[in-house]
Amino acid sequence: MDPLARYDSLVDDSAAFHAACERPLPSVVRVNDIKATPDRVRQAFDEAGIGYESVGWHDGLFRLADDVKPGNTWPFVHGWVYGQEEVSAVPALAVDPQPGERVLDCCAAPGSKTTQLAALMDDRGLLVGNDNNLGRLSALRSNAERCGVSNLVVTRADARNFSLKPFSGDPFDRTLVDVPCSCEGTVRKNPDAVDDWSLDHIEGIAGVQKAILGRSLEVTREGGTVVYSTCTFAPEENEAVLQYALEEYDCRLVEYDLDLEHVSGITEWDGDTYDDSMTRAKRIYPHHNDTGGFFCAKLEVGA
Amino acid sequence: MTSENDSSRENDGQVFNRLPATAAERDDEGRAAREEVVEWWVDRFGLDPETFENYTFWEKGAGKVWAFASDLESPADVEGLGMTFLRTRQEHWKPTTDAVQRFGREATKNVVVLETDDARAFLRGADTDPEWDGDWGYLIAAHDIAGAVEPIGVGLYLYDELRSQMPKGRQREL
Repeated sequence: MDPLARYDSLVDDSAAFHAACERPLPSVVRVNDIKATPDRVRQAFDEAGIGYESVGWHDGLFRLADDVKPGNTWPFVHGWVYGQEEVSAVPALAVDPQPGERVLDCCAAPGSKTTQLAALMDDRGLLVGNDNNLGRLSALRSNAERCGVSNLVVTRADARNFSLKPFSGDPFDRTLVDVPCSCEGTVRKNPDAVDDWSLDHIEGIAGVQKAILGRSLEVTREGGTVVYSTCTFAPEENEAVLQYALEEYDCRLVEYDLDLEHVSGITEWDGDTYDDSMTRAKRIYPHHNDTGGFFCAKLEVGA
Repeated sequence: MTSENDSSRENDGQVFNRLPATAAERDDEGRAAREEVVEWWVDRFGLDPETFENYTFWEKGAGKVWAFASDLESPADVEGLGMTFLRTRQEHWKPTTDAVQRFGREATKNVVVLETDDARAFLRGADTDPEWDGDWGYLIAAHDIAGAVEPIGVGLYLYDELRSQMPKGRQREL
């Protein structure tokens, strides 16, 4: 049985949901504002005869024609664009970092969201990109350098024990918590993403997610912002993790704008109930906008 | 040896050592001073010195200078700090591909603008023979794209040829 069938009761149109999950995903690039503008990228694509279309809800995201390999284009060589799944551009927008702030991306590699945060900060202020795997960190560094990011500190730590010591003990203004997850929402990109699906795996990874979110709330200043995101549908990894944070830490869910079709977070699953404010979180299903699946919630610390 | 304000100590290639502000303030004879690093970019490529006003500069690895748009008191336990910027501790200092791509657009001299085929060859890592009457040594290799000149990487101009310095991992066949 298809493991994703367990979400049929959550989606408005389960046939459309499953059909979308079967389709391959279009290739999308994000314009890196540190080095280029959407207009200049458009002009470069036109000059090179590269097929693309705008996504509509974001002027810096382009869907490429099926035959285009973005890595083999001048805009990529120049670091003007970054190959990034469309929905994966959502969490950095929810973080909404400002130039000059102190921002942490605690599970950063390979760096699509980190480089997007840097661009939103106009490459000014302090951005920390952390990951615990050396190989992935090397990818993060090379992606950041190609994008011309110069305000990034790269650290290697388990995000559950992230230390403020290199940062004089000062907390961050904003933290992105884009946790490792069961990746059900990436099934269009990796058809084998759900091959080894098990509830045990989901519950195990949810424990890690709770610890990472908890530590992130601790290292973010009072009044600061924490954004929690996954590329999975499982409520155990989404609303249940947020419920834990609401119960154990001084924080609350807040609203944020998103011009992409989505539905609210849920307040009931499998006999459990969650806080009413869970409706401020957003679920994006593949059939909504012809993208991957995603979950994203914005929290305010100590308020 | 660990961390902290190491401009007063010998070079330790494993940690980030802050560059001293001026040559007069350095204890490690081989270490470039911040002032010299900024001057090098200004002299070589005609950049506005204010470009680097808010940057701190660090050495990690022999001669490898990093540019960081912020500051940290003691970056003992970090893996990266801004971007690799300039190779020093050698007779002719050499800018990195990343730095040339990031800051080279504002350069007013020592920029060689390549024709379409030469630009592609340069990106492949091949030597080219562009028209050039200027200095020899490290140049910014650039091309025209989308209405303006954009840097590609670093070229070494010697004996009437431009040797591509594109790192292997950045070479492409377009």
